[in-house]
Amino acid sequence: MSIFDLTIAQASAKLAAKEISAVELTTAYNDAVAALNPRLNAYITTTPELALEQAQAADARIAAGDATALTGIPIAVKDLFCTEGVRTTAASKILEPFIPPYESTVSAKLKAAGAVTLGKANLDEFAMGSSNITSGYGPVENPWKRAADQDAKLVPGGSSGGSAAAVAARIALAATGTDTGGSIRQPAAFTGLAGIKPTYGRCSRFGIVAFASSLDQAGPMARNTEDCALLLNAMAGFDEKDSTSAQREVPDFTKALNRGVKGLRIGIPAEYRLEGTNPEILALWDKGIEWLKTQGAEIVEISLPHTKYGLAVYYIVAPAEASSNLARYDGVRFGKRVDGVDLIDMYERTRAAGFGPEVKRRIMIGTYVLSHGYYDAYYLKAQKVRNLILRDFTTAFETVDAILTPTAPSAAFGLGEKMDDPVTMYLNDVFTVPASLAGVPAMSVPAGLNAEGLPLGLQVIGKHFDEETVFAVSAAIENAAGFSALPELRAK
Amino acid sequence: MAYMLEGRTGAWEVVVGLEIHAQVISESKLFSGASATYGGAPNAHVSFVDAGFPGMLPVINKECVAQAVRTGLGLKAKINLFSRFDRKNYFYADLPNGYQISQFEHPIVGTGIVEIELQDGTLKQIGITRLHLEQDAGKSMHDQHASKSVIDLNRAGVALMEIVSEPDIRSPEEAGAYLRKIRQIVRYLGTCDGNMEEGSMRADVNVSVRKPGEEFRTRCEIKNVNSVRFVMHAVEAEAMRQIEVWESGGEVVQETRLYDPSKGETRSMRSKEDAHDYRYFPEPDLLPLVLEQSFVDDLAAKLPELPDEKRRRFCDDYGIPFYDAGVLVADQATADFYESVAKGRDGKLTANWMSGDFFAAMNRTGKSIENPPVSAADFGALLDLITDKTINGRIAKDVFEEMVETGKAPGAIVEEKGLRQVTDTGAIDAAVTKVLADNQDKVAEYKSGKDKLFGFFVGQVMKAMQGKGNPALVNEAVKKQLG
Repeated sequence: MSIFDLTIAQASAKLAAKEISAVELTTAYNDAVAALNPRLNAYITTTPELALEQAQAADARIAAGDATALTGIPIAVKDLFCTEGVRTTAASKILEPFIPPYESTVSAKLKAAGAVTLGKANLDEFAMGSSNITSGYGPVENPWKRAADQDAKLVPGGSSGGSAAAVAARIALAATGTDTGGSIRQPAAFTGLAGIKPTYGRCSRFGIVAFASSLDQAGPMARNTEDCALLLNAMAGFDEKDSTSAQREVPDFTKALNRGVKGLRIGIPAEYRLEGTNPEILALWDKGIEWLKTQGAEIVEISLPHTKYGLAVYYIVAPAEASSNLARYDGVRFGKRVDGVDLIDMYERTRAAGFGPEVKRRIMIGTYVLSHGYYDAYYLKAQKVRNLILRDFTTAFETVDAILTPTAPSAAFGLGEKMDDPVTMYLNDVFTVPASLAGVPAMSVPAGLNAEGLPLGLQVIGKHFDEETVFAVSAAIENAAGFSALPELRAK
Repeated sequence: MAYMLEGRTGAWEVVVGLEIHAQVISESKLFSGASATYGGAPNAHVSFVDAGFPGMLPVINKECVAQAVRTGLGLKAKINLFSRFDRKNYFYADLPNGYQISQFEHPIVGTGIVEIELQDGTLKQIGITRLHLEQDAGKSMHDQHASKSVIDLNRAGVALMEIVSEPDIRSPEEAGAYLRKIRQIVRYLGTCDGNMEEGSMRADVNVSVRKPGEEFRTRCEIKNVNSVRFVMHAVEAEAMRQIEVWESGGEVVQETRLYDPSKGETRSMRSKEDAHDYRYFPEPDLLPLVLEQSFVDDLAAKLPELPDEKRRRFCDDYGIPFYDAGVLVADQATADFYESVAKGRDGKLTANWMSGDFFAAMNRTGKSIENPPVSAADFGALLDLITDKTINGRIAKDVFEEMVETGKAPGAIVEEKGLRQVTDTGAIDAAVTKVLADNQDKVAEYKSGKDKLFGFFVGQVMKAMQGKGNPALVNEAVKKQLG
């Protein structure tokens, strides 16, 4: 068994037993990063020296008997989390020279728990995308290949594509992601990982470069549900620096993993059986239903009638907030500046050079939907429909404990595919967006491979702040699926 | 008499509404922990939140909320237990986030009423439309460098209250009185220092004109006027300009204008077509602001007495005229000083002395009520010496001047200089006898009917007694001896 086969829980046990040291583990990962990242481009910035220092500190902590489950665990941090003294780009050229003098709350908590940070993971620019191709630092290659075509490069999904590829290729043991409309769940599904978007407000957004403030939420991406639970234990919690973070106790999520699903009522929303959905995905969904039924869950047909408006609402609300959140990148105080003849000229040149086409498109959409004369027809209406979508979920959760759906409408697609028009790309988020709009927790677990040998995921959606049930149901699927496939392209 | 401007086509009425931006007194800024104090080296009071760094989030400062509620209570306004922050989006170099966090649809304070007093003593009520909380922007300076502008973000993020009036104001005088009244109220409340020179209070002035009885016509907004005097001038200048436009067959267009005090005129800044589209939408980084009624009640219970109430109480408690009470309550410190002296003394006597010799001495010596020319205790002691007839009013003026000059207590001065009032009738009679004997010609004139000379004799007697004679006794003795 290779050191790279260890999950967090296993590595942590070996660290505690002094069978391996954090320095050994980190050195192995640093070397793997150096070997594979040039090809995968999963990291924008790597920090091997910092990782080694952290590993030494972790070993000292372990020796002193002061370790947590994450002490000495090498992870990737999505480059949307500000990290003190380490360049943070949000995958945008406009932040190319930006080194934050502060640390995001979530990454600070992980560091405080003793996690080792290998580097900053690639993503879609400002987390806007579903394929990681909008990154200003180049696309990320999915380590998974179609069985019949090992040469074709596939996307890892997005926006947390670098995090997904890094964990799947085992050049990180786990990673942080952020999810605005599916940015943790869809790439997790595309790369055979588990990933959870917690309830909005569960993790602090402080220090995370904002995309759409009312939707953004940090979460873990890892090999399995247990590792996700260990990470989320450390990441979650109220933060007085984020007014939208929730003042709630954080349970030990690992305790929910073995609860089982006996007696749980699992909702199957009729509206997610979209016409034209890949039959393999539908078949996997049916399999998931069977697994849960077999383990004693009651399957309930439910309706989430406003699901069909989810994407439309999302692509109004998210760009609206983004257009405002990204106004600060003006070249005045930090980041890139392109001088101009006057202030307006400097703004225009800076933003023209600094933002990529997808970001510009969303800023324009967002500006448009908030404009005088259009606000009521777009933004206000979208907010109303968002409330209806939330009501769909709260109504459903009066009768069910969790909801099971596919994570994405397809498996990972090829780099360069779905590029004809943005709407095709936006359709990737069709199953993930409703939970984001409602703020409820949702997790993707790997559940099988398609005919091409690519991983597929199922999504478990839970009630507000009931990540425990989400973990319980996800773990049940994980056990039943027995997903053990690995990409050939990985650290061994 | 209503204020009207006479044009070629007759009389015009002026219609004015004010938006006052009042900087909240607080330790730290509205959404960050940075210091909100005025001054400091440029960019010394700036947090990453204020500078709009990536990933930074606003956190509401409870004290600023309390200050807004106090102000709302002082304006006799409705406190909205539910309010919400919105983003007002526009690009400018001194607006770090590219948006200002403000309250658009749901302000923290709703409608209220303020009473103003005009020169002729008329009282008038001006409606308050709303008060909302918002952040200030930073400061751009364009004259510090040949080709660059420089930015100071010390003020960026400081809490402002925008107090919006109804278009109830009808003259420059009313505009000035309203602005002064708001300033007086916020100063009493301690919610804004009202210092217009430092920019902690400034006004946007909305002006239109109309023929009496008409509906409102198009208004123009004059931005950022920073003194009471300028507001009054700006109203008049803008009203005159609009009358000229209408009367020459033109049409006033809605626009934003600037007042130029050096030329005494307003100038167009940007027209309606160029107006910003602020793209307001609810601030997603903040939850709606929900107040408990008990929080409001608690602030209401601890609210200081406001100038209107204090003025009425001064009239009742101290028996002084409404006008005098108005002067004394002009600011809290003066009112407190007055009250500390008047309490247990003759309120009228205190008021007269304060409006007379005391204020005169204060102005002459360049002192202030916080650093008065004589202390409240000494001032009271002086009034006591008058009341118990130790000294007379004439001597008291001299003693007061001596107090101002030397800082000595009045009792000490009286003793030192032997200024006690003479009430010994024997001594007074002797003085009168001598004066009459020395001025026999005048006595003869008096007796032949020149009554006015009575005052002359009294004056001569007082002079002979170095002013120390009891005036009533001296009068009596003169009258008696003149027969």
